[in-house]
Amino acid sequence: SIVLVIHSSYYNLVWKTFSTNFLLLGSGSAVIDMENMDDTSGSSFEDMGEMHQRMKEEEEVTAEAAATEEDNGEYGDFLGMKGLKGQLGRQVAGEVWQAGKQQASKAFNLYANIDILRPYFDVEPNQVRNRLIESLIPVRMINFPQKVAGELYGPMMLVFTMVAILLHGMKTSGTVIREGTLMGTAIGTCFGYWMGVSSFIYFLAYLCNAQITMLQMLSLLGYGLFGHCMVLFITYNVHFHSLFYILWLVIGGLSTLRMVAVLISRTVGQTPRLILCGTLAALHMLFLLYLHFAYHKMVEGILDTLEGPNIPPIQRVARDVPVVASAVVNATIKSIAAVVQSQ
Amino acid sequence: MRSKMAEVEESSKPLFAGLSDISISEDIPVEGDISMPVGSQNADNDFSTLDEPVKDTILRDLRAVGQKFVHVMYPKKSSALLRDWDLWGPLLLCVTLALMLQGGSVDSEEDGRPQFAEVFVIIWFGSVIITLNSKLLGGTISFFQSLCVLGYCILPLTVAMIVCRIVLLGGSGLVSFVVRLIVVTASFSWSTFASTAFLADSQPPNRKALVVYPVFLFYFVIGWMILTFSPSH
Repeated sequence: SIVLVIHSSYYNLVWKTFSTNFLLLGSGSAVIDMENMDDTSGSSFEDMGEMHQRMKEEEEVTAEAAATEEDNGEYGDFLGMKGLKGQLGRQVAGEVWQAGKQQASKAFNLYANIDILRPYFDVEPNQVRNRLIESLIPVRMINFPQKVAGELYGPMMLVFTMVAILLHGMKTSGTVIREGTLMGTAIGTCFGYWMGVSSFIYFLAYLCNAQITMLQMLSLLGYGLFGHCMVLFITYNVHFHSLFYILWLVIGGLSTLRMVAVLISRTVGQTPRLILCGTLAALHMLFLLYLHFAYHKMVEGILDTLEGPNIPPIQRVARDVPVVASAVVNATIKSIAAVVQSQ
Repeated sequence: MRSKMAEVEESSKPLFAGLSDISISEDIPVEGDISMPVGSQNADNDFSTLDEPVKDTILRDLRAVGQKFVHVMYPKKSSALLRDWDLWGPLLLCVTLALMLQGGSVDSEEDGRPQFAEVFVIIWFGSVIITLNSKLLGGTISFFQSLCVLGYCILPLTVAMIVCRIVLLGGSGLVSFVVRLIVVTASFSWSTFASTAFLADSQPPNRKALVVYPVFLFYFVIGWMILTFSPSH
């Protein structure tokens, strides 16, 4: 008789019964005479393996949970009997694979399921158009909470549009990014602003007891970027200093006023309203200012930069040179006239 | 006594029956189907494609890619691009475009030029985002089919890049800029139209504009990168 030391309970059951010439199956029962087994020692173990496999297949449905518990490291404990070990090892490996696959697919379905985001993209084109236009119209009624649509399609498209506009502005002004790439900077700036400022204002809203959810805040700020996109698109192509300031005040101001009005309508108390809306207004207006000046050095004209390598990439032509020049000329003429007149 | 004997006999029956069952495996009743799957021809095909010379495999793949190029250049409402999607063509186009946009010089002044990795990342991540967007909007197209279509529709822009480089060899003045502008605009609208012909069918009819806009933006950014490309020599 052969004595094996095996730790798992299931296999203990199998091998313990060997010593008593019994082999107990789960449901049925088959009894093996040990003398017969000893006679055909080689083949009997393969037969044992076959029988064992059939037993396993019967019990797999019911004993799946128990089997996965035993799988962890037990198959390494068999001593000798290579045929059987191979069979059992393969069985066990197969079960480990199944269990792992199930776990992985569960995790994937939980975290990588884009269906979570599906309801936020359920919009019609005319809805998006209406919300874009409304983002520049401040609401009048601040006594009861204004409705904020919770969708993410419009804000995401606006952020990507702003990335494209920013890229265009950086390229035409010959911005040189030392540590990083143009694209990375543009994406980082736009997405960072959208997500970061939304989270910060949401946190402030939580402190000030405002009735707004994170999704609504993301949506509100995203649509507020529509004004920014328009201003940047115009001023990256038309280089008038004063035009930028006017647009900054008007369009930037309108979109800020809308966001502020919505937030006011959802907050009670003067001080919380002031804190929340002051912060948002400051951040929104300053961001537009930053985007204009940081990524758009003044150049003489678009054609110059598109001429290519013949012109050096960065032309820091001061904006005020013509003004200064004309002022100097005027002053010179006046002084000459004064001198002439005094003579 | 009799019943006990009968019991013993009955209990001993499985004893001997089990014995015979062990040694002779054919007598054991086997349940279930052991039928070869009908698609065993596929297994034969696989083996035969393993044995064929490498030239045949490559030529077959190249022919498939070339056929899809033709479908892109003349976008009819065919489903060939969608049915057998592959990503070889997009990879080829993306690498060609990125290499040409790089220019091959390591001038420190021209840091504003897109690097190879930048173009590669823009194309692939842009395609992934557009695919996710169209799936979220309720599209019926699968992930890789959409990647395949978007990648193949970069072909007109790659052709425009080649034309731009040739035009730039002749000088870089206003005339060349206007020519390049026209070529890039035409190819970018061709790309957008071609990919819309394939992608928009899988959307509900009133939401086509929502899917077309990101595609438009994507090809616009690539077209703008091509237009503002200037060689260093």
